[in-house]
Amino acid sequence: MKRNYGMAYATPQALWLTVFFAAPLLIIIAYSFLKKGLYGGVEPQLSFQAYVDMANPTLLTVAVRTLWVSLVATIMTILIALPCGYSIARSKNQAIRLFLVIVPFWTNFLVRIYAWIAILGNEGFVNQALRLIGFRPEGFQFLYNQGAVILVLVYMYLPYAILPLFSTIDKFDFTLLEAARDLGATKMQSYLKVMLPNIKGGVVTAVLFTFIPIFGAYAVPLLIGGKDSYMLGNVIADQVTKTRNWPLASAISMTVTLLTAVSVFLFALKKPKEQHVEKDLDPVGGH
Amino acid sequence: MAARNHGLKPLRIATLFYARRLVRKSAKTAAKLMPKKVTGSNIIFWIVIGFLFAPLAVLIIYSFNKSRSGEWAGFSFIWYQKLFLGSPDLWKAFQNSVTIAFSSAAMATILGTLAAVGTARYSFKLKSYVSTMSFIPMILPEIVVGVSLLVFFAGVGLQLGMMTVWIAHTTFNIPFVYLLVSARLEESDPTIIEAARDLGASELQTLFRVIIPMALPGVASAFLTAVTLSLEDFVITFFVSGPGATTLPLYIYSMIRFGVSPVVNALSAVMVAGTVLLVYPLRNFLKVFAAR
Repeated sequence: MKRNYGMAYATPQALWLTVFFAAPLLIIIAYSFLKKGLYGGVEPQLSFQAYVDMANPTLLTVAVRTLWVSLVATIMTILIALPCGYSIARSKNQAIRLFLVIVPFWTNFLVRIYAWIAILGNEGFVNQALRLIGFRPEGFQFLYNQGAVILVLVYMYLPYAILPLFSTIDKFDFTLLEAARDLGATKMQSYLKVMLPNIKGGVVTAVLFTFIPIFGAYAVPLLIGGKDSYMLGNVIADQVTKTRNWPLASAISMTVTLLTAVSVFLFALKKPKEQHVEKDLDPVGGH
Repeated sequence: MAARNHGLKPLRIATLFYARRLVRKSAKTAAKLMPKKVTGSNIIFWIVIGFLFAPLAVLIIYSFNKSRSGEWAGFSFIWYQKLFLGSPDLWKAFQNSVTIAFSSAAMATILGTLAAVGTARYSFKLKSYVSTMSFIPMILPEIVVGVSLLVFFAGVGLQLGMMTVWIAHTTFNIPFVYLLVSARLEESDPTIIEAARDLGASELQTLFRVIIPMALPGVASAFLTAVTLSLEDFVITFFVSGPGATTLPLYIYSMIRFGVSPVVNALSAVMVAGTVLLVYPLRNFLKVFAAR
């Protein structure tokens, strides 16, 4: 009988994550129930003030906006990414097409945000071009509004959605589409009723890969948006660094974490079933 | 199945083989004969590629602009000159980024690989704790990880600096390493490891001579992924960084926030070119990367 070295292998990582991941999260949970310190930090006194503060209308507006922006941006991203993933999967030059998607994906995050400032900014490319043709939009700004934030978020997270969608669609047996067509389905029906159920796993992954980072977005609304496109991520950051209300920052973080965790687990519970269907390649089977 | 009973196995196989070849051949010629189709999805794909590259192209064009503002004032290399010769702070930030990226990737690779080997080979009491803990950091918004680490460092009285950035980067890199190495170990044949043990190799010998060489492609891709994730990170670093620990993304951020100099354009162009040079040789492996 061989000896069990499992713990020996896993202990270093378990310790690291316990100290630097679990402990900080627990501290945040604890802080959200403590009294705010005068100059940042907390005082060791039980208080629910942070949760009361969270119910103020300004914060609620931001929360609703965050949810709204995340949903709109995620749906747009997925709808654009689906045909892209499909077209890569059916292409003969998969490698070159993936290369084209991955270059912007691997280009630095801030460089890509900055590129949009260079395009849409007041002295940016679009405004210069408009001036050249004699059209001067006085007082109108392309940047610093909700639309710009959504546009740039979609831009940032498109590759995150295209890649998992591609890898699932690539495993899909395309002859099933032809079979559906032969059996009288329209083109749209064959995509929606035959392909979509089979690639659900990939769609779920793509949704998670886009929704989670967008929901916690910080840099894009900060640099692209104005004061009225602030999202929860920005509020958390301000509470930590400027207002120094750590209990409130902790309480908002906890809420964001809980919302994320709940949505992931709702999705994750569904996922094994879909993967099973994928393996069976049984488009009409029970699900 | 039926062939076994009929005693016609060889004939059946031959027919089947021939039929399959025929089908394949005709499918190939059909594919050749068919004109390249302009499908809706292809059109969308190329529009999206245009959308993804247009901003980068604008940056590259601007990087050669003589003027400081958005107006075109002639071709010039002045911003590249400034970038390479007149920006010591930027290069210091670059150096910090590289230092952090490689050291945190190394630490995460060691911890993550060991844990992946442990959970792949053995079952033990805390196994589900280890695998759950290696999964959660990936699904939390970065801002929560950043804020919780900042609060933690403040609580234990650790001065913000290179050390705290290194700890944070190692922490968010571990899950990716664990996942990639675990996936590789799942694909490999466990009987080889058993054979090594049966032939008298010690646990350490098995680890270094059998398991790690076997998992090496996974370990290498995990390390590289960790390096890129670390080079790329802005949000978490923003919270846990302190004086003297400005990384390149933080430096770019401050350039954008407090007065844009066209040096950013030149830097961006160089970074885009660097990405292309890095990714292009890997183009045939990208499918594996996407399948992650």
